[in-house]
Amino acid sequence: MNGARIPILKVGRVLIVPIQVDMDDNMVIHLQERILAELDRTGARGVLIDISLLEMVDSFIGRMLSDIAAMARIMDARTVVVGMQPAVAITLVELGLELKGVDTVLNADEGFRLLRSEFDNGDDYEEQVDWGLSAVGKQDHRS
Amino acid sequence: MESKTIALENDQDIAVARAQVRQIAAALGFRALDQTRLATVASELARNVVKYGEGGRLIVQPTEDGSGRQALRLIFEDHGPGIPNIEAAMSNGFSTGRGLGFGLPGSKRLVDDFKIESEVGRGTRVTILKWKA
Repeated sequence: MNGARIPILKVGRVLIVPIQVDMDDNMVIHLQERILAELDRTGARGVLIDISLLEMVDSFIGRMLSDIAAMARIMDARTVVVGMQPAVAITLVELGLELKGVDTVLNADEGFRLLRSEFDNGDDYEEQVDWGLSAVGKQDHRS
Repeated sequence: MESKTIALENDQDIAVARAQVRQIAAALGFRALDQTRLATVASELARNVVKYGEGGRLIVQPTEDGSGRQALRLIFEDHGPGIPNIEAAMSNGFSTGRGLGFGLPGSKRLVDDFKIESEVGRGTRVTILKWKA
């Protein structure tokens, strides 16, 4: 477990974080910092965290997932957690954890679809705003 | 199967504790869901020992009743400051540290038997038991 690193991959505008080992608390905190640094460095708009190999999510890891989602949101990125094992989901609910602000979907395909639908819409909106501004500009020239 | 004692002094020990508990639960033939429940409880309670109890130990104790029904008992002991108000500590949302406050009441919901003994200035002992389904 010591020295094990979780890779952070960038595909398009999405950061992919496959968690494939059990993490101690230090690794959890370190991973959170690295994801935010990568968001800043790459300007990615989505974070997809794959926990399909994670055999347990306790309150500490659960809080990390909520915190990442909240911090990424402030950096204009959406977070989705994919692949939670059924036993992990049952245990989380029994434990009383809600994973506030975290979207969870069954697999990476669904995760990508969710993220893309989110920021593709965002781009359309930005384009409309640009058109609007240029229209205002034209009007200004005329007056 | 014999009892096993695991030292709980730092973050890595918490991860070792939950991995060991899962392994022992699997060896005893607990179903996958109960292995996850036990590993999660071990993680929550081991963290309490490390973060709030100034370190201590976990005793993993396979046991059985008169009719041969198997169970796993986990005993978390620390010699930390103790818990002045156990009732408050057992209520949802309570937390003295940065935790979410689900540690004790949440853990209780995952097991069959949950006992907490604490003396201010002496330490805390949490004992849980889960029967094999």
